[in-house]
Amino acid sequence: MDVFPIIVVIAFFQLAIIQKPFPHLSQTLVGILLVVIGLFIFILGLESALFPIGEKMANEFALKGNPWWIIFFGFALGFSTTIAEPALTVIAGKAGGLAAGAGAIENSENAIASFVLGLRFTVAFSVGLAIAIGVVRILKGWPLIWFIIGGYSLIVITTFFAPQEIIGIAYDSGGITTSTITVPLVTALGVGLATSIRGRNPMLDGFGLIALASLSPIIFVLGYGIFVYGAGGL
Amino acid sequence: MNPSIFELLGSALSGTLLDILPIILVLGFFQIVAIRKAIPHLKEKMIGLVLVVLGLGIFIVGLEQCVFPIGTQMAHQLTDLHFLAGNDAARVEVLRNSQYIEPGIYLWTYVFAFLIGFSTTLAEPALIAVAYKARDITTGAISAWGLRIAVALGVAGGVTLGVYRIVVGDPLHYYIATGYVFLLIQTWFAPKQIIPLAYDSGGVTTSTVTVPLIAALGIGLASSVPGRSPLIDGFGLIAFASLFPMFTVMAYAMITEKRTKRKEIDEQELKTNAI
Repeated sequence: MDVFPIIVVIAFFQLAIIQKPFPHLSQTLVGILLVVIGLFIFILGLESALFPIGEKMANEFALKGNPWWIIFFGFALGFSTTIAEPALTVIAGKAGGLAAGAGAIENSENAIASFVLGLRFTVAFSVGLAIAIGVVRILKGWPLIWFIIGGYSLIVITTFFAPQEIIGIAYDSGGITTSTITVPLVTALGVGLATSIRGRNPMLDGFGLIALASLSPIIFVLGYGIFVYGAGGL
Repeated sequence: MNPSIFELLGSALSGTLLDILPIILVLGFFQIVAIRKAIPHLKEKMIGLVLVVLGLGIFIVGLEQCVFPIGTQMAHQLTDLHFLAGNDAARVEVLRNSQYIEPGIYLWTYVFAFLIGFSTTLAEPALIAVAYKARDITTGAISAWGLRIAVALGVAGGVTLGVYRIVVGDPLHYYIATGYVFLLIQTWFAPKQIIPLAYDSGGVTTSTVTVPLIAALGIGLASSVPGRSPLIDGFGLIAFASLFPMFTVMAYAMITEKRTKRKEIDEQELKTNAI
């Protein structure tokens, strides 16, 4: 059911627009079967592990009453999952080649490697920071929209000073940092926290962690671009 | 069937294991140092984590076997100048040397971008997770399918506009900054309850399924449109795909709110009429 639309779209374009038969039909059918089975198993695991773990941790932290532990936990979770994120490694590698090509950094393997590592640490730090701030927001019950307006303003201002080469990568980096395993866990954490604290509404206060985690990398990567390339400008 | 599938499965499993390892380390550390309690139902949760890794691994292998190769190949074929010129060799030359390309000839690319954005988002596991959570909290007021379709429409519209931007070659940040302004205006009118979920849905949409296909589309397009650089113009589609779901999710909430209000009014009128 979940993958049926993809099959329809691809079959339609292959047969009606490009008008060539499918190159490897049997391989394709096996692939579709694997997608369906895999998704089914993933959802089973989601309901029996990721959701309860995230909520249980949030509960325990709320009972302990020491906010610093959960703030630190949020940071550690965001940082560690992002630094290992494969999509980020790919994008950072591309950005490294770009920077070397533009002459912003020395065109040597060492210089590119240190640029890429710096970028990955920047993004991971920004995601950790965003989740930590998001946890503080849930604890205090501040409205999310303040943070969104502040974040967007910072993005627009920083974009004015950022070199053109980094803008596309920076804006994309916000979307790729939150992986399939991190999202359910972080969502369960936020909702669990908002449910355990009296006076918080799970809908209003529980969601929003992912939003902050996709916003802050944009600012930090733009900043990293300014730091490496020097203030460019448009 | 053939050994290559098992090899692929092995590498995908080790990949997802690498994904989940930092999470397990962090969870374990805080469980031992901060919470200092035994984890209840440890065995059940361990089995659940194994299922998550296994399911995601199998899912990714399946994608790599069927969806990715066909999808990327299709993106290349649809943006190929030979296809656009209808296999007319003379027109291919004209297109290749022209400074300006009529954005209209990419019609099929727009259609493809819309449909592939829509359909891949429906299969996105992270979105399924968030939709389930939202349904459980609102006890069904927000239906999982309604939310998923709203997000998928957003991704579809976003990717289509992003593809148009690559063809035309406008600067990315003009679009995004304008989008932010509209977003803040819409936020003013949207029901308060939905706002955090709507902003979350922007980041959720783009992961395992959508990113590889959309990236292939962007880079294929930027390298085939004359005058575009894949490095500068090829990026940015993901930014569009993360921005637009926020519009559609808020719109979805506004529509459902209006509908429930109208229903209440209708019921009220029925009552007064009966009296």
